[in-house]
Amino acid sequence: MSKVAIVDYGMCNLDSVARAVEENGGTPIVTDQAAEIERAVRIILPGVGAFPDAMRNIRLLALDEILREQVYGKRIPFLGICLGMQMLASLGREGGDTPGLGWLQAEVRRFEPTATDRRIPHIGWNEVHLVADSPLFNGIPSGTDFYFVHSYHVVPSGNNEVLGWTPYCGQFVSAIQQDHIFGVQFHPEKSQRAGFQVLRNFLLL
Amino acid sequence: MLKTRIMPTLLYKNLGLVKGVAFDSWRRVGGAMQSIKVYNMREVDELIFFDITATVDGRPPDFELIDDLADECFMPLTVGGGVRSVADVRHLLQVGADKVAINTAALQSPELVREAATLFGSQCVVVSIDARRVDDSRYEVWTHSGTVPTGRDPVEVAVRAAELGAGEILLTSIDRDGTMSGYDLALNLAVSEVVSVPVVGSGGAGSYEDMAQLLAQTQVSAVAAASIFHFTEQTPREAKLYLKERGYHVRL
Repeated sequence: MSKVAIVDYGMCNLDSVARAVEENGGTPIVTDQAAEIERAVRIILPGVGAFPDAMRNIRLLALDEILREQVYGKRIPFLGICLGMQMLASLGREGGDTPGLGWLQAEVRRFEPTATDRRIPHIGWNEVHLVADSPLFNGIPSGTDFYFVHSYHVVPSGNNEVLGWTPYCGQFVSAIQQDHIFGVQFHPEKSQRAGFQVLRNFLLL
Repeated sequence: MLKTRIMPTLLYKNLGLVKGVAFDSWRRVGGAMQSIKVYNMREVDELIFFDITATVDGRPPDFELIDDLADECFMPLTVGGGVRSVADVRHLLQVGADKVAINTAALQSPELVREAATLFGSQCVVVSIDARRVDDSRYEVWTHSGTVPTGRDPVEVAVRAAELGAGEILLTSIDRDGTMSGYDLALNLAVSEVVSVPVVGSGGAGSYEDMAQLLAQTQVSAVAAASIFHFTEQTPREAKLYLKERGYHVRL
């Protein structure tokens, strides 16, 4: 079974991600240790919480450098979930401006309410409309519902890396891919069949 | 489009699940783990789990129990009951709660809501409000599982909770709870039209039609229900089929 490092930076619901990885045939290791992350063949960066705290913790633990080395140096497939996807961006706008990991030219912005979608956070099941082929969504029809719970979303500077869009407050980017780096704004670990398929696809890359 | 959620509520007391009428006359309705496994299989939208005696007994949440349940719960899970500190919120999130509901403590120490929202994000902080009708135009919020009156108005409490950073309001009518006589539409309308965070309407569902009424006449984002799923043959999936036929957006 493939060892999957679930990066623990001290603030999120890691148990659910670990359990879902386990259910889908991976061996999860919840860790903040460089040695463990270096042994993993997949890396997942989960996330619940506020962007500035998350970035501060990642840097305090020097995980940003370790992740960069594994993902860019050794080309280990990487999946950012929710806040973990947002952290890939160059800049977060939550609670003032905070630089992100900067792997993706993008900003993280709060939803602007519209007349039809006036409630923030965006909580519940919503569609992901796929605009590019990706192994991450193998076997998943475009328009499938996934579970979201967030107030901020990623706004990339271009659309090259966009895999999927979701209609809320207009529409926002809900899945991205840059080669072997993936990010999803929804929670695959809580999205039942479709979510598990995404995790299996990630493990099978 | 964002779907309307149908959320079964599980109430936990003395090692098992219970359901009462107007927060009283509790009946046993089976084991928590068994229910979670069934709802997993049925792919329900989201689950609410409340330990209804924790606050009254002065206990913290049973973290071990929640850990075990969350390990088998592959759908979003809101956990409440006995949450009194930021440490409680953190611990519940760590063991697998996706959202933490704060009820009594949200009124006694509102700063807790602000701190939890700042630390963990609004999206995982639910303020749960239990209200009783006072007369034709007034409602009052009760805490401690509906045993302690507060003199506060539910709309005012909900607005304040959202200002403090709550990301969702779970609104329960104590009068309708367990009666299966329909949701309190006036109460749900009053709160849902004023706050700009999602509101989950709870208390009184006896039929799919009750859910349709709640969606037609208020602005709730989700409907919670317990008795209808415990004591009748009605299921979350059939509820959604019924609602879909009537033009509501649900996930099937």
